[in-house]
Amino acid sequence: MANTTGWKPSMEKDTGGAAGADEVGLGGATRGLAYEEALVFEQGSPGRTGVSLPPRGGAHDPAAELPASLLRGAIDGMPELSELEVVRHFTRLSVWNHGIDTGFYPLGSCTMKYNPKSSEALARLPGFAGAHPLAPPEMVQGALELMHGLERALSEIAGMDSTALSPAAGAQGELCGLMIVRAYHEAHGNPRRKVLIPDTAHGTNPASSALNGYEVVQLASGPDGTLHPETVRAAMDEDVACIMITNPNTLGIFERHIAEIARIVHEKGGLVYGDGANMNALLGVARPGDMGFDLIQYNLHKTFATPHGGGGPGSGPVAMKAALAPHQPLPLVVKEGERYRLVTDAAERPQTVGKLREFWGNFGMFVRAWALIREYGPEGVALTGRLAVLNANYVRARLKDAFHLPYETDSLHEVVFDDKAQKAHDVTTMDVAKRLIDHGFHPPTIYFPLVVQGALMIEPTETESKETLDAFVAAMRAIAEEARTDAAALKAAPRKPVRARLDETRAARKPVLRWKPGMTAE
Amino acid sequence: MDFPEDLRYTREHEWARRKGTQVVIGITDFAQDQLGDVVFVELPDVGDPVKKGESFGVVESTKAVSELFAPLSGKVVEVNDPLTDAPETINEDPYEEGWMIVVEPSDPHELDALMDAKAYRAFVEEQE
Amino acid sequence: MRYHPHTPEDVRAMLDATGAKSLDDLFRSIPEPLRLRRPLELPPALDEIALFAEMGRLAARNQASHPPFAGAGAYPHHVPPVVDQLLLRGEFFTAYTPYQPEVSQGTLQALFEWQTYVCLLTGLDVSNASLYDGASAMAEAALMARRLTGRRKVVVSEAVHPEYRKVLETYLRAGHEHLAPVPFGPDGRTDPAALASAVDGNTAAVIVGYPGFTGVVDALPEAAAIARKAGALTISVTTEAVALGMLQAPGALGADVAVGTLQSFGNPVQFGGPAPGFFAAREQHVRQMPGRICGATVDKLGRRGFVLTLSTREQHIRREKATSNVCTNAGLCALAATIHLSLLGKNGLAELARVNYARARLLRDALGRGGVKPVFSGPAFNEIAYDVGDAEAVVARLARKGIVAGAPLGRWYPGRPWSKGALLCATTEVHTPELIDLFARELRG
Repeated sequence: MANTTGWKPSMEKDTGGAAGADEVGLGGATRGLAYEEALVFEQGSPGRTGVSLPPRGGAHDPAAELPASLLRGAIDGMPELSELEVVRHFTRLSVWNHGIDTGFYPLGSCTMKYNPKSSEALARLPGFAGAHPLAPPEMVQGALELMHGLERALSEIAGMDSTALSPAAGAQGELCGLMIVRAYHEAHGNPRRKVLIPDTAHGTNPASSALNGYEVVQLASGPDGTLHPETVRAAMDEDVACIMITNPNTLGIFERHIAEIARIVHEKGGLVYGDGANMNALLGVARPGDMGFDLIQYNLHKTFATPHGGGGPGSGPVAMKAALAPHQPLPLVVKEGERYRLVTDAAERPQTVGKLREFWGNFGMFVRAWALIREYGPEGVALTGRLAVLNANYVRARLKDAFHLPYETDSLHEVVFDDKAQKAHDVTTMDVAKRLIDHGFHPPTIYFPLVVQGALMIEPTETESKETLDAFVAAMRAIAEEARTDAAALKAAPRKPVRARLDETRAARKPVLRWKPGMTAE
Repeated sequence: MDFPEDLRYTREHEWARRKGTQVVIGITDFAQDQLGDVVFVELPDVGDPVKKGESFGVVESTKAVSELFAPLSGKVVEVNDPLTDAPETINEDPYEEGWMIVVEPSDPHELDALMDAKAYRAFVEEQE
Repeated sequence: MRYHPHTPEDVRAMLDATGAKSLDDLFRSIPEPLRLRRPLELPPALDEIALFAEMGRLAARNQASHPPFAGAGAYPHHVPPVVDQLLLRGEFFTAYTPYQPEVSQGTLQALFEWQTYVCLLTGLDVSNASLYDGASAMAEAALMARRLTGRRKVVVSEAVHPEYRKVLETYLRAGHEHLAPVPFGPDGRTDPAALASAVDGNTAAVIVGYPGFTGVVDALPEAAAIARKAGALTISVTTEAVALGMLQAPGALGADVAVGTLQSFGNPVQFGGPAPGFFAAREQHVRQMPGRICGATVDKLGRRGFVLTLSTREQHIRREKATSNVCTNAGLCALAATIHLSLLGKNGLAELARVNYARARLLRDALGRGGVKPVFSGPAFNEIAYDVGDAEAVVARLARKGIVAGAPLGRWYPGRPWSKGALLCATTEVHTPELIDLFARELRG
């Protein structure tokens, strides 16, 4: 039998080559076929297009109605690519990214839990995707019913009376919350000037306060990582509008003095605002409304798994007690008999702070969050927080002999280490983070919160398995070992991604913020 | 780390040098080291007043922002404009080419109240 | 539970490692009186099939028989399926803010391309990496103008989207700024005399729609001249971005800042959100621009790459002195728009704009044959307000036939001669000539 192909398959012996570059990381990261990919503006050819458009339907000439000065032709610089070229371009770009779908993504404070795919199919149902915000209410009862259901659920989970769904993100929720605080105090005759914020707070807290015209008073957390009542008592007076607290705080530690702190603030007529970024730890375990919080903003893109998509969109509903509800932004969804209605008219809610965004909120995210809540039911929601806390504590237990723990206090859903143990070898948190990339893990949050020098904040979330956590722990321990024996290797990391460490100084000194014709690849 | 003997220093890590009746001001070697690569500096205009202890500008790295505090009061008579295009000069040569402003002081004795090199060095060592 | 991988064995082993006896033990740092000791009152859990049935029921209650003839800030356009398939790639979809640029080059390069598209569309020098929506972008622009000029008054045309203006009011109230509205005339454009008299040495910014909520393309060059003379910034607001495929760039007509939404590219109307707000400005104002910005640089080996830059403007560094408190952007929505714009390309975009323009004229002609005329005399793009006699009644009547007829302008502009009759109708490439004929017949009644 002749072999006419001319090819005789056999396993050739490996003649050797560059060793080391092929080591497989403890997270499984290895080499792959990634492509260099230019900007879309640097590709294509005149005359190409990637769309199929219908005929115009008429010969109307814009020049008949609009002066020439208000018109322009096709825009120079716009690319001209075929559909396949565009598909390859974005496919190749995507491969350069690490997503939750790729591997572990323990960014502390960001709650990078799995994004359910069923939510994507549901959000794309034509009845949801195609619903126009100005459609008559009888044509969008489904959307309104969904929003009403979500509002009830978010209020219940936070232990509050009412939830405003419209803020577009956590930071906008904070802005909204502070506007409500101000409106409340103005209505009570004393607008007050100050907001108390612990030193562990996220930067959005003081920024949101300043945007509302408040003076920020920073409070020092104690050596156990919590805010102490005496500190609050010393700063609290009748000029303080509110205190802003994240609970658990950005150290992953429960602010156990919260009830007393709330009492101190309430006694002098102040309000207690909650930054709900860390709600994942409390789901079904404890409720901000039961602890003394008057209002709290959610981050649906954290706690309820709506997709992060490279940095947004978010959704930041604000849940509040009844006393504050008259000030909530419009619109709200009300149920009247069996019908749902959007209240958009300020005349119906004269004490509202107004509107924070066009239309009604990030409805696409409401669909996803509601789908998750409906699938989980009360048991699933309550299990989520417990498993998130279990995962974080497991990682803490298995790393605490390799990395320094700045606080002995219990961690809830996230744990903060620092680089004290590695500094002796001139290895920093940054080096640890970059080396993790070569192992196949997205680094944890680094250099935040600011109260810890060289902070490394790890939030596993509940959707990660024990095997993944074990692999992560193994990688971290290997890095700690490498810090002792081969610090130079850490400093050279990362080596596997398409790009090595990037020059951020150059990007800031000589900003190049858009493509221009003639832009080179250096 | 450099602590030139002929300069005076503040607790916010600015230095001041007498130049005739005027005073040249910049940030110290310690300050530029703490900041990292300087990417941007915002300085006042010639003719602007400065007040002792108050901010007269801002210096930025990629990850940090630091206000610049006037060691003494007076009027700005010269500004080191090239720093806008070459902020890295502050890292490379903080005491000479990296000078920031020249001030005509309203009270020349204010300079005497500042730390000398020895005191500043001790202050810095305490910080670390 | 399919999203919770923990088996009882996993839980036992992990608890052992932590030294805790039970899951409850891990919460000992929460004082007992604060613990919730009852189940949450939520609807019972659903398996996937039941979930789809329930969500399907809700979606079905929103059914319309045709694409809406309403725009007014949310435009029904055709999003090619290619956009979604690329968007849903897990590496794009499930990544977060590119804090670690080495493993986020996909997101970062796409953002750099978004920023470039925004500059090309607006004719301005720099853009940020998107904001929450058009309304907050407009509010941020007003705040930026305040910072740059040191002045407190913001002059805004009443022809600018009413939702955007309400948001601006809400944002400005926080900082005690002063908002001065200027009326528009029977041509649907800002009244030039009223504008000239409102703008003075206290004015930080002048804001006009391009096109405006009346559907009419406002006189941007004239407004910019008035603003410039007084030392104020000109801000243009675009809610229907496809218009920029045909209209002259706002930056070329005198706008210092151009804001709005790029929802029309790649993003369905989705009951109003999410969508990508855009913000473009002149180069000299870049350090006062809010939001994230992506910049080009090189890596250690000299290869071009991208990073978030100019971060010192932002809240995580400046905290209370930040240009804004903005943290997230609208990354996913911006990516959808970037992909769609890349598919359209130079000629596709120009042609899409022409199709939209033509379809709006088809409707105008069809209505004209029945004696229904536009309310405003100024030139429009793909949205025109018609006098239909009783706009609310028409909307209600067509709703019963499953048609979203448009936006009755009287809702936002009461007390005008045309308030009762004016219905703002949008037509895009999704409205076929046959559908337009059907709609015109139904409207005429």
